[in-house]
Amino acid sequence: MLLVYCPYCGVSRPETEFSCRGEAHIARPADPAQTSDEDWVNFLYMRSNTKGVYVERWRHIHGCGRFFNAVRNTVSDDFLKFYKAGEPMPDLEELAKEAGK
Amino acid sequence: MSDVLANDLITPDAGVSPLLSQSDVSILKAAPIARLSFRAREAALANAGTAFGVPLPTQPLSSEIGAKRAALWMGPDEWTLLAPEEDLETLFETIETALGDQPHALVDISERSEAIIVSGEKAVWLLNTGIFVDFSIEEFPVGTVSRTIFHKSPVMIWRTGADTFVVEAWVSFMDYVSGLLVQSAQELTAA
Ligand SMILES: [Zn+2]
Repeated sequence: MLLVYCPYCGVSRPETEFSCRGEAHIARPADPAQTSDEDWVNFLYMRSNTKGVYVERWRHIHGCGRFFNAVRNTVSDDFLKFYKAGEPMPDLEELAKEAGK
Repeated sequence: MSDVLANDLITPDAGVSPLLSQSDVSILKAAPIARLSFRAREAALANAGTAFGVPLPTQPLSSEIGAKRAALWMGPDEWTLLAPEEDLETLFETIETALGDQPHALVDISERSEAIIVSGEKAVWLLNTGIFVDFSIEEFPVGTVSRTIFHKSPVMIWRTGADTFVVEAWVSFMDYVSGLLVQSAQELTAA
């Protein structure tokens, strides 16, 4: 079982308290009416699905209820960083390099 | 029994016989209580705390208790406020009046959940049969409150004493939670 750290509760908890909600930092088009069908499809469905270091939204659904973001290596399942929603995306290459040493 | 609790709010339901009564752990159904869900941002907290009678804790997973009052941290903008049933209406009015037009949500959720009191030297052992949380006193000190998962049911765990926990579950899930706890406790006597 994975241990997931909630940046709002400040504790690591079993993954059963959380739900993973897919890739993070996907911005909703500001004006949906002016967005082409193709761009809307990209926003709704297309994800980078990286093999390696990936940014995800997680929700502490059976805890404080908050969404936050996590950087996870999809190959090893290692979490490299947890941070609150609204904070900028960390430098993934830098994180991968740090984790690799 | 209530003297093992760190507050005067959670008391065993006198009309209900113990769900479990072993020398090392017991489970008692708690008497009904008023529960308010309060959600607001920081600006409204001071007023709400004054009106409620106990400041709302801002430290994650912590609780504040006062005379017949308890404020439990549920999330960075969410608290559960506990008080005796008979205080519900006046308390609700007092908080609403104090907050005026400050943005907030105050909802009576008294009937949504039920509480049991799990107490005894094997209380931690028993809870850990269905909850993957470290309940050592260093990691989960007295006063800590947290929602989590017991097997497949969401529960709220509030440690009110070194060996005493209040376990809340939604009304329709409580039979499942208390039933599994009672069943798991049989292992202690099976030797
Ligand atoms: Zn949390």
